[in-house]
Amino acid sequence: MNLLRYVARRAALTVFVLFGVTLITFVISHVVPADPVVAYLGEHAPPALVEKVRHQIGLDRPLPVQYAYYLRDLFHGNLGISIMDNRPVNQDLRQYLPATIELSTAAILVAIVIGIPTGTISALHKDRWPDQIARVFALGGTSLPVFYVALLLLGLLYSRWGVLPGPGQLGIYTQTPPHITGMVAVDALLSGDWDALRDALRHLVLPAFVLGYYSAGLITRMTRGSLLEVLRQDYVRTARAKGVGEQRVVLRHALRNALLPTVTVIGLTYGSLLSGAVLTETIFSWPGLGRYATNSVTNVDIPAVLGATLVIAIIYSGANLFVDILYAYLDPQIRYT
Amino acid sequence: MTLAGGIIVLCFLAIALLGPILVTQDPIAQDLGHRLTGPSREHPFGLDSLGRDVFSRVINGTRISVVSGAAVVTVATIFGVAAGMLAGWSGGWWDEALMRITDMFLAFPSLVLAMAISAILRPNLTNALLAIAVTSWPAYARIARAQVLALRARTYIEAARAQGATDAVILLRHLIPNAVAPILVQSSLDVGNIILTTAGLSFIGFGAQPPTPEWGLMVSEGRRFLMDQWWISTFPALAILFLVLGFNLLGDGVRDLLDPRLRKLA
Repeated sequence: MNLLRYVARRAALTVFVLFGVTLITFVISHVVPADPVVAYLGEHAPPALVEKVRHQIGLDRPLPVQYAYYLRDLFHGNLGISIMDNRPVNQDLRQYLPATIELSTAAILVAIVIGIPTGTISALHKDRWPDQIARVFALGGTSLPVFYVALLLLGLLYSRWGVLPGPGQLGIYTQTPPHITGMVAVDALLSGDWDALRDALRHLVLPAFVLGYYSAGLITRMTRGSLLEVLRQDYVRTARAKGVGEQRVVLRHALRNALLPTVTVIGLTYGSLLSGAVLTETIFSWPGLGRYATNSVTNVDIPAVLGATLVIAIIYSGANLFVDILYAYLDPQIRYT
Repeated sequence: MTLAGGIIVLCFLAIALLGPILVTQDPIAQDLGHRLTGPSREHPFGLDSLGRDVFSRVINGTRISVVSGAAVVTVATIFGVAAGMLAGWSGGWWDEALMRITDMFLAFPSLVLAMAISAILRPNLTNALLAIAVTSWPAYARIARAQVLALRARTYIEAARAQGATDAVILLRHLIPNAVAPILVQSSLDVGNIILTTAGLSFIGFGAQPPTPEWGLMVSEGRRFLMDQWWISTFPALAILFLVLGFNLLGDGVRDLLDPRLRKLA
């Protein structure tokens, strides 16, 4: 099966899964113990009015019909009105999504930049002290509670030592760059506002690191394991026997093949990034999807909660699809299964 | 390394079991006159903002965390393995359906789905654990299914059939015992994550509620005081770190132990 057919199959599967995701969010929204109409109209509303509004909203139709209406609304981008700020939920999401994408991408970069070299060095110096230290860090990284690390680093680096700026995307005195993508650092770059760019990057460093170190740990362990596996292979021995320099052996032959499982891990950690973003954004007052979701749950703003959950699930599914396709592109054997 | 992990976990288990005996003070008793006092001989971990003994609360929290992890893993494993085995054994439509359903549940990061569920139901620890179990079972279903598919063609299964064993007997006596290994690996690796997720949920307020001495909740309660009265948040956080570390080491060891065996079997 060639790449195109594989992509088509996986994409179709993802679409199907996304329908399932909407079904799950629909079911969740209708398991609300309280009657939403009564909650909306107030407890003392006359039953006749309650029935009338229920009919108007369509809550008295059979569930499958309601689901159909729900899907239709989704297709038109209508996710309901947020109770918190009385705006359409999709407007809220459009405002907060870029910040989360900015943070997650930065975190993944941090994770890759730390993880892959560390894992490589770890594998090449197996059981010697660089390896031991790296393994301790990687293991510790996947065992630390991210919310505590965020609080600790923020407290030390900002409150006590003033090395890094505090919560938020920009300092209070910095003017927000013009809205092009919604991602503050990118917008600053695109509009040539170097002061804003510098400020935005300084604000990005700590949250990105906090969000990324867990993934860095995973990537380190994965790279180490997979590189060790690859270095044992015959073709590596052949290359060495042929007299190929060690650096070339590692970089050109071993690492390319060792990175394949790492690619999958990167996709999987994207999910934990989205989860971790919830905690990190709350602590760093980062105006993203995670903080929006947290506020929605606190305010029991059901449309907002479900909208945010849906979007996060969609992003995660998209990331997994991308990773699967990338993996199939890199490793042709996968396409034949 | 595995041994270290095993020892750590056993220590925590012991603490969890012996909890009430080790606790020196009442974990929810407040002593507002002495609030925010530092560690001392009488209060090894200090007092928190309401004058509660942090040490006793951390000890009590051990039981909560260990039970949470165990409960979620047990529920997810039982449900997941049952579903996965049935799917793998029946094949055909059931199999496809299960795979699609697991895909759907796997599309949600666990913390996010747990938050959505706790927005609907009341936020408390039980609901949080339920939500986490809901996102955990698909992994076990997939592993169980893969094992069934791999093992069902083996000769000893054929032999059992020839002897007249019914499907149920084959499943119970032959397939399950042989499929246990990867499931064990997955669950020991999962427990650490489950504990972190539970603590995270409690931290933002959607899991355990005050005055429960749950570690994540304790870190949250101490946030404002982190720089000066560091003990309130730090000791629970260290407890989380060591328990999760223990389980991760244990999980790694279990995996290293069982994987070469699996490879030899295949």
